Amino acid sequence: MIDFLKRLFGQSSSSTTAKERLRLVLMTDHLELSPELIEAMKRDLVDVISRHVEVDRDKIEVNFERQDSALALLANIPILSVSRPIGNPTLVPVETVPSPTAPDVAQPRVRKRRRRAAKKAAATSVAPASAAAQ
Amino acid sequence: MQQTQIVQDEVQSSAPAHRLGRAIVLTSGKGGVGKTTTTANLGTALAHRGARVVLVDADVGLRNLDIVLGLESRVKHHLLDVLEERASLDEALVPGKHSEQLFLLAAAQSREKDEVDAAKMKALISSLRERFDYVLIDCPAGIELGFRNAVAGADEAIVICTPEVAAVRDVDRVVGLLGNRFRPQLVINRLRPNLVKKGKMLSVEDVNAILRLPLLGVIADEPDIIVTTNRGEPLALRKDTPTGAAYHAIAARVAGEDVPAPMPAAPKVTILERVGSLFGARRA
Ligand SMILES: Nc1ncnc2c1ncn2[C@@H]1O[C@H](COP(=O)(O)OP(=O)(O)OP(=O)(O)O)[C@@H](O)[C@H]1O
Ligand SMILES: [Mg+2]
Repeated sequence: MIDFLKRLFGQSSSSTTAKERLRLVLMTDHLELSPELIEAMKRDLVDVISRHVEVDRDKIEVNFERQDSALALLANIPILSVSRPIGNPTLVPVETVPSPTAPDVAQPRVRKRRRRAAKKAAATSVAPASAAAQ
Repeated sequence: MQQTQIVQDEVQSSAPAHRLGRAIVLTSGKGGVGKTTTTANLGTALAHRGARVVLVDADVGLRNLDIVLGLESRVKHHLLDVLEERASLDEALVPGKHSEQLFLLAAAQSREKDEVDAAKMKALISSLRERFDYVLIDCPAGIELGFRNAVAGADEAIVICTPEVAAVRDVDRVVGLLGNRFRPQLVINRLRPNLVKKGKMLSVEDVNAILRLPLLGVIADEPDIIVTTNRGEPLALRKDTPTGAAYHAIAARVAGEDVPAPMPAAPKVTILERVGSLFGARRA
């Protein structure tokens, strides 16, 4: 009878609520348990974005947040420069940057360019994008 | 003295030196979901099958298993006495009330969980495996030292879960901590089929869609468990009751028999439903 009334008022059953809460809580638990996974996601995310704009890898923040019905990934990725010169031969001597996150072959080049751009952005601090980096 | 003799006879008569018994820890993470109750009933059912069983209460400081088995007045020595060599194993093993195949190694009531030496615990479980077919270890709640000590000597795990969000979450964590070595199997305890039917309780499928563990069986939320615990006589002694039979089915599955996982039957029609049926069509 009560069930019938509840259904009439469109209230979902408590087991459905329990299931949903369980799904979300375990998703968060599992993420908490594997920081390597978060690191890997962060890395991949940045690699993709870096193809189009230059980002400040050191200031990236990736978080997972429970929102009422879902788990949200919130990424704060400061952009250093939107005009990313393609095929611009770099004049800076190759420096070895210790890269604990990605043993990628392409990694040193990206990092190098980013560093230069960072210096430039910090020096001029005109582009609105650079403000995000501060 | 007489009891000690019985133990030794038991051991010498039927324990082949080459075949080690199985050490199974019953754990859950969350407290109060039925680890002790399941240990007592599964042990009783396994012994009924003819296996030699020892139940080890690893819940040091919160001893319960002796009560559930009705053996509290017979406990003279406990786990820590054995680990610290104040008593021999034979002195500490308490024979069961209803079976000559079942023994209890009680926990110390006035000691702390961190007083257990994990290495010694491991050695003790190994020596029990030489003497019994099954060593069932009743794990304390939590995932701290007490849990680690209880798990130390085990080579298999049975996880106990109730159909509740917190219990499922804790089992998920415990299974993660156990890793693959223990091949954990699942017992769902205190299921209320009528609530599941009404959509008010997580179903077996809901729980195991998340845990994805081999299901040993499901035990109903059973008022008789409280009554039998009051008396110190595990319900598994009454194989004629549905829940007693369910423990026997779980024991058979643990022993490797190919029987279906017990599942609590649909409940009798409630008064409310009966009243409802007066107004509507009567169901078959
Ligand atoms: N299937 C059941 N139906 C009804 N009551 C039950 C059932 N299983 C256990 N109980 C009751 O639930 C309570 C807790 O059970 P038990 O002591 O076995 O849990 P536990 O997991 O060992 O607890 P702890 O974490 O404190 O050691 C007891 O009162 C017991 O009688
Ligand atoms: Mg207990």
